[in-house]
Amino acid sequence: MTSFVLRRLLQAVVVMLGVTLLVFILEHILPGNLAREILGIRASAIEVRAFDRQNGLDEPIVVQYWRYLVDLVHGNLGHSYRLNESVRSVLAQDLPKSLIIVAPALVIAVLIAVPLGIVQAVRRNTIVDHATTGASFVLYAMPSFWLGMILIIVFADKLGWFPVEAPQGTSIGAVLADPRALVLPCLTVMLVSIAFFSRYMRSAAIEALAQDYIRTARAKGLPQRLVLARHLVRNALGPVITLVGLSLPTVITAGLVSEYLFNYPGAGLAYWNAAVNQDYPVELGITLAIGLATVLGNLLADLAYAALDPRVSFGSPAGD
Amino acid sequence: MAVQSVWEQTAPGRTPATLLPKEDEPPAKLSLRPALAVFSASRTGLLGVGLVVFILLFCFVGPLLYHTNQLAGNLSNVNLAPSAHHLLGTDSQGFDVLGRLMVAGQSSIEIGLAVAAVATSFGVIYGAISGFLGGVVDAVFMRIIDTILSIPTIFLFIYLATAFKPTIWLLIIVLSALSWLNPARLVRGEALSLRRREFVDAARVMGSPKHKLVLRHIVPNTLGTVIVNATFQVADAILILATLAFFGFGLPPPAATWGGMLSSGINYIYDGYWWEIYPTGAIIVLTVLAFNFIGDALRDALDVRLQVR
Repeated sequence: MTSFVLRRLLQAVVVMLGVTLLVFILEHILPGNLAREILGIRASAIEVRAFDRQNGLDEPIVVQYWRYLVDLVHGNLGHSYRLNESVRSVLAQDLPKSLIIVAPALVIAVLIAVPLGIVQAVRRNTIVDHATTGASFVLYAMPSFWLGMILIIVFADKLGWFPVEAPQGTSIGAVLADPRALVLPCLTVMLVSIAFFSRYMRSAAIEALAQDYIRTARAKGLPQRLVLARHLVRNALGPVITLVGLSLPTVITAGLVSEYLFNYPGAGLAYWNAAVNQDYPVELGITLAIGLATVLGNLLADLAYAALDPRVSFGSPAGD
Repeated sequence: MAVQSVWEQTAPGRTPATLLPKEDEPPAKLSLRPALAVFSASRTGLLGVGLVVFILLFCFVGPLLYHTNQLAGNLSNVNLAPSAHHLLGTDSQGFDVLGRLMVAGQSSIEIGLAVAAVATSFGVIYGAISGFLGGVVDAVFMRIIDTILSIPTIFLFIYLATAFKPTIWLLIIVLSALSWLNPARLVRGEALSLRRREFVDAARVMGSPKHKLVLRHIVPNTLGTVIVNATFQVADAILILATLAFFGFGLPPPAATWGGMLSSGINYIYDGYWWEIYPTGAIIVLTVLAFNFIGDALRDALDVRLQVR
């Protein structure tokens, strides 16, 4: 167990370094010249050189990467020249607001998708299974922005149950003060996640149903209810933990779409605005934050899974 | 339509058993016929093939029959409701929506297929090498994949699209560069177990060089998994393309894109111009569903356990 945890931790550190390297590379493959971009085309060569010197852009690339890492460790994510604000303060302002939408959506999606997948597996090839599997298939195939548009048309425009626009408050308190306006953005992310999870949950449960221990449980005369509750649910839950970790990029993408669609001032909208304004530091800062969060999420998911299922930490000696 | 005729031979009405090789016949080495039988027994798989054929005809043959001008808008015919003249109405630039759906589909499908081909080819070789060599190479190769997988594709993509002006080729390259990870992981997993098999050992003992072991013995045995995954990749690429275009980072005008059509349709969401919102979304869903259906049926068809029912 300990060696598994250590190995997994080491891997996560390596991948995190990889993410920083990737973001660093992305920053440096930009066409054009940062100094020109900021000082304008009329800046003289001397001014450009002074800027490069001041910002360490004339150093060797390896030194620049090292400095970048040192800055990161100190919480310095760069400076947005468009907003004239540090990227860290942009993130501190917008990321918690994204969490308000994404976190509840993720939790509710798991709570719905897990029983749904089990019902689909148990009632395999019945009308219930066909209808719900078909629905999640269609949801999965739907571009999330189109799903959001339909939700707006139906629930905001036609029925008028919820406002069209997400809360516009700058503080978290102001956002939470208007929960009705949070429903549609949250629902968009949730539906996408349910489609994603239930597909896997169904096949995980089908696989579990075919195992010997289920047959044994049935053979010894356990009623269906107990077979499901004691044997199936417990064993099928393991993969869900991994799945939640793996789903983070999908869920975050749905969050980006949802924030854009409902004009919700979270990190996704900040990212889009930064992209439109070619505000690369903000784009890269958000990308980095999301990348690191995903690595951490996957690490936690794997550790939790290993704690629950001893087969994980003792199997695969070659490592994965 | 060679594809279609193959499916017709194994129509869903026939029982799969009649298509299995008879006992007095020598067993076929690569048993494609039972695979076909399982595939054609899958109604969704056949539906998927039918849908793909329909969408291909719609996008590539449709414009030959239904002539519209998709290069110059007509500002006197803006946002017209469907009529005999414009079967699905016109959009905010005066483009005929039905005609635009067809033209926009061409680039989506071309890019989707190209990405699946490029990403799969690269991913297969990468994964096969990683799994075959194992050890340090494998560890490094896999951490590279973990790194790229940690960042949602759409963020990387939007970033690259803001930095470089998107063209059809750039989209294919960038989308492929971000989509080879899954096939690589799948193939690596298979290669890990394949490399310990006897036929690989036999080839190695006979002095086969490493590159030949990978290309002749490992890769061909992973093809089932790879083909299934490639089908899903077409669908995923089409979805990402649409999302990207919706955000305004797809192919620049005058190119028509499905995502771009929805992005302009959203401005009229309260005006009841349903023809600018529903048909485009529906055709994206149909296309993505079709490829997913085919992928699912192929997975069943190539799964040996299901063939010997």
